[in-house]
Amino acid sequence: MSVHNGAPLLAVRQGTKRFGGVLALDDVDIDVYLGQVLAILGDNGAGKSTLIKCMSGVHRLDGGVIEVDEQPVHIHSPADARALGIETVYQDLALFDNLSPAANFYAGREIAGPHWLPTGMRLLHRRRMTQATRDVLDRLQVTLPDLAAPVGLMSGGQRQAVAVARAAAFASRIVILDEPTAALGLREARRVLDLIHRLRDDGKAVVVISHAMDHVIEVADRAVVMRRGRVVGEVVPSEDSRQEIVSLIVGGDG
Amino acid sequence: MSEPGTSAQETNRSGRPSSQNENDKVSKGGRSSGPATENQPHQGRALRVALFLLRAGPLLILMILIVVIALITPVFLTTRNIGNVLAQTAVISVLAVGQLLVIVTRGIDLSVGSTLALSSVAGAVVFRAHGSVVAVIAAMLGAGLAIGLFNGILFVKGRIPHPFIVTLASLTIARGLALWLSDGRPIQGMPDLVRVVGGDSVMGWLPISSFIVAGVGIAVWLLLTRVVWGSWIYAVGGNPEAARRTAIPSSAVLISVYVFSGLTAGIAGFLTAGRTNAGAPTFGNLAELDAIAAVIIGGASFLGGRGKVSHALIGAMMIGVIRNAMNLANLEAFFQLIVVGVVILIAVESDVLRGHLEDKVRLIQAART
Repeated sequence: MSVHNGAPLLAVRQGTKRFGGVLALDDVDIDVYLGQVLAILGDNGAGKSTLIKCMSGVHRLDGGVIEVDEQPVHIHSPADARALGIETVYQDLALFDNLSPAANFYAGREIAGPHWLPTGMRLLHRRRMTQATRDVLDRLQVTLPDLAAPVGLMSGGQRQAVAVARAAAFASRIVILDEPTAALGLREARRVLDLIHRLRDDGKAVVVISHAMDHVIEVADRAVVMRRGRVVGEVVPSEDSRQEIVSLIVGGDG
Repeated sequence: MSEPGTSAQETNRSGRPSSQNENDKVSKGGRSSGPATENQPHQGRALRVALFLLRAGPLLILMILIVVIALITPVFLTTRNIGNVLAQTAVISVLAVGQLLVIVTRGIDLSVGSTLALSSVAGAVVFRAHGSVVAVIAAMLGAGLAIGLFNGILFVKGRIPHPFIVTLASLTIARGLALWLSDGRPIQGMPDLVRVVGGDSVMGWLPISSFIVAGVGIAVWLLLTRVVWGSWIYAVGGNPEAARRTAIPSSAVLISVYVFSGLTAGIAGFLTAGRTNAGAPTFGNLAELDAIAAVIIGGASFLGGRGKVSHALIGAMMIGVIRNAMNLANLEAFFQLIVVGVVILIAVESDVLRGHLEDKVRLIQAART
């Protein structure tokens, strides 16, 4: 159905998740490949968010396994996911509006020393953190008006770019983006889509949840459609398959 | 909030017929291409100047205040009077630096005035029982640490909804303990070292307590700007929810700011006891309000996340200078209360205005990209 580069980087096998009586994920199989953008589509309540939360350690699967490099892994907390090289950008972005981009990048994982001191008492290597942040932003071609300014002073698109770049900086494998263009104007959305392409070219796997069909068609290499907790189809998004995707989402003739 | 405005601007611009763009005399470096951005370089600069003034505001006002008062009352800038001002503001300054840490995490510590009293009484009781200087100082700082720890642990682990409640309770508890320990009366006598540090001066005018203020200020400044723990304090204050999703030990960070604040109250108790050669349960009455006022007047944000040591010290100095000037002008104490209140309102209003202007800057950023 689509181009696969060898074995999947991350896979969910027979993933099941219940919230009380509600079956949020029902026997879900997903493959995420290196150097690809995978879009997860579906109506509200289809299980997209639950799925990425299981991948990023916020929720735990009740049944099934998650495999990384074909080995089963246990992702029981966001820290577990991070240790596996999976970073997630949620819709709220989780930015510190009072802090600079560099401080946002390194909040809770500061570059500091000396190492014989307990973490909290170490001295910050501020210049190294600023330089490393600038390097990542340059590599992803994110331009910001002022690297020292708090991100609260930046526009919606710039903030999104900072959050995505932060995830990219620390994700060795997979960046998961939840509705990255939802709150943005046309031009800012455009920039974020370009950024997603650069992430992919930077050697990451990207998983995107989005409602914006135009954006999905433009940015995604594969799209998985979910409905009522199940995967109901996989499509290579294009103008030609737009109608097919829509009917899969609403369940017209799927 | 800025997003709808942003997209509105975007659509406006792309919706314009292109001929109109060509008619507009907009060719500023080829960057701006439409009516929406036409005025922005200029408008942006005006905003930036306004923001700069608002941010530098407290220091500017303090300097103008000093110049004006010095012109009106020549006595003001004599070394002796400067020494007075410094001695009178030492306690507020130390308390304000501790309060700053709490306010940066969106909290408040109402207990510091009472803790100051408890600390002075604890020291006096130990000294009366023939305790050594070290024991006296340990008692004073220990009392502060203990109340701070009490506040922090109850707020964080007791899940009390707001530090206002916890520290309001410990405000009365600490005052009660101080009254109980001292039988409601001042206890005379402090070790020489405490008296010298709290009350003496060098060169005949520069109070030794100023060096304590400087030491506390530098220590907290280093903590906030150079040490990992300090950046955690800002992170927890800026976005508590996001901080919880990182490896930052949020609970410990929150507890620590109340411990720091308690410790500064202990140091303030030490200075007060030294200056008066006594411990008394009435010391530090309403000092918490001065400390909070100083932090806010100095320009830290009451909403948390933003504030520097310089803010706390400038605010404390401003309160000290205003009081001193009114004393020199023989104005009644009633007026001092009114003036300080008005200054608090101006400070908070300019914080609100700053937030408003920053929203505008954000909109312009969005339109420019």
